[in-house]
Amino acid sequence: MSNLRTPLYQWHVDHKARMVPFGGWDMPVQYAGIAAEHKTVRTAAGLFDITHMARVSFGGPDALKLLETVFTNSVATMKDGQVRYGLVCGETGGILDDILVYRWPYGFAAVVNASNREKILAWLEKHRTGLDVQIRDQTFETTMVAVQGPKALALCAGMFETDPAALKYYFATPTRYKDTGCVVSRTGYTGEDGLEIMVPNALGVALWDDLTARGAVPCGLGARDTLRLEAAMPLYGHELTESINPLQAGLGWAVKLDKGPFIGREALRDAAANPTARPVRVGLEVEGKRAAREGCTVLSAENAPVGTVTSGSFAPWLEKSIAMGYVAPAFAAPGTPLVVDVRGATIPAVVVPLPFYKRPKAAT
Amino acid sequence: MNPTDRRYTATHEWAKQDGDTVTVGITAFAVEQLTEPTFLELPPVGKAVTAGKPFGIIESVKSTSDVNSPVTGEVVGRNEGLVDDPKTKRAADLGPVNDDPFGRGWMLKIRVAPGATLDHLLTADQYAAQLASDGH
Repeated sequence: MSNLRTPLYQWHVDHKARMVPFGGWDMPVQYAGIAAEHKTVRTAAGLFDITHMARVSFGGPDALKLLETVFTNSVATMKDGQVRYGLVCGETGGILDDILVYRWPYGFAAVVNASNREKILAWLEKHRTGLDVQIRDQTFETTMVAVQGPKALALCAGMFETDPAALKYYFATPTRYKDTGCVVSRTGYTGEDGLEIMVPNALGVALWDDLTARGAVPCGLGARDTLRLEAAMPLYGHELTESINPLQAGLGWAVKLDKGPFIGREALRDAAANPTARPVRVGLEVEGKRAAREGCTVLSAENAPVGTVTSGSFAPWLEKSIAMGYVAPAFAAPGTPLVVDVRGATIPAVVVPLPFYKRPKAAT
Repeated sequence: MNPTDRRYTATHEWAKQDGDTVTVGITAFAVEQLTEPTFLELPPVGKAVTAGKPFGIIESVKSTSDVNSPVTGEVVGRNEGLVDDPKTKRAADLGPVNDDPFGRGWMLKIRVAPGATLDHLLTADQYAAQLASDGH
């Protein structure tokens, strides 16, 4: 089966991007180099093709009810234009996906991980029974890009009918680009300020060219991964899986047990009331420059296995080796000395508070 | 281009012979695939290495790869600037590997048995043909 291609595929190939399969798509992993792209996002502005992310819209009188049923965070309390992060959980509280929900005056939308698109569409289909709701997968109709970095907002000035700088963090607005309807959202996955922009496919390349001409530097999924790791944002399939619940993942803040019934609520209420020995997500700072990659065993200072690395890399901005993983709760406190088994070499590590990187507050 | 004064492995190392000493490094193609090496582990001087077997590890932001020895012999020298020096606390600088993999980015000097040759390795032309057939 061949992979899906975004409307920007040919642009990436023409600009010497290294293409890799990701979530069923052929996506650019890097252009100039991961470290350089990463640093550009921390200091200026990077541009990412994130069209592979699934975009689903919801309409009809029961759209709110359906979303409240499948989403762990509160939807009813969202304001128009607000964006909210949360989980889709199964009955046992395991995470099926982490998604963003958008509230519009006329309905809702969700951005879902590429690799989970079909699973989540099937899940929504299953739970819409008896509800008056229209669900539309718009993934193949629109191009989605992210402009991220301290200069991202400034370089987008004047591009859209609405000034995106007026948006609050985690708010979005329908607006117009080249006289065509689009959505601009002050969200991202890099730890920096910035925008995520959705336009009809016909405008995808024009938008990309416009942004690069304004100084946004094309970046691949490689930098996106190291940026989100420094910002300690979980990635589905790594920190989040169906056998991990949101409380273990440190995402209890995105679970509203008191908002009313939702799928997984009973299991999560139990888990919250009865803390068990389930492993919990931690950050690790690893000695030296070797990367502790996914799957590396985490050991106690006495060399007993206590957990596993889920993501790890040499961090280009922090210039040290960092990792996230799951360890037994007794070893999860910041400052706990641990050891990581990196291909047979045992390397000292220490539990550190997350995130590893927090962007400096802008002067106001 | 891959210099013609040396031989190559299918796993993207190069070997250049001068008498019974063979200098070893990785190719420009290997560096391009890795992009921006962040860490290199080399064996100490005196260590025995075996043709086709890993002698070290090179990491980039995205990947960890073995570096294989093109020849069998004993390590008689290594490019110390590429690795940390715990004594002086000098940090490794992998810039030479990144910028000049066929020159300043050399990794090891290996003493081979008298009369040993590089005939078992690929010529520059054969290596280029392999890259082409791999679609690069």
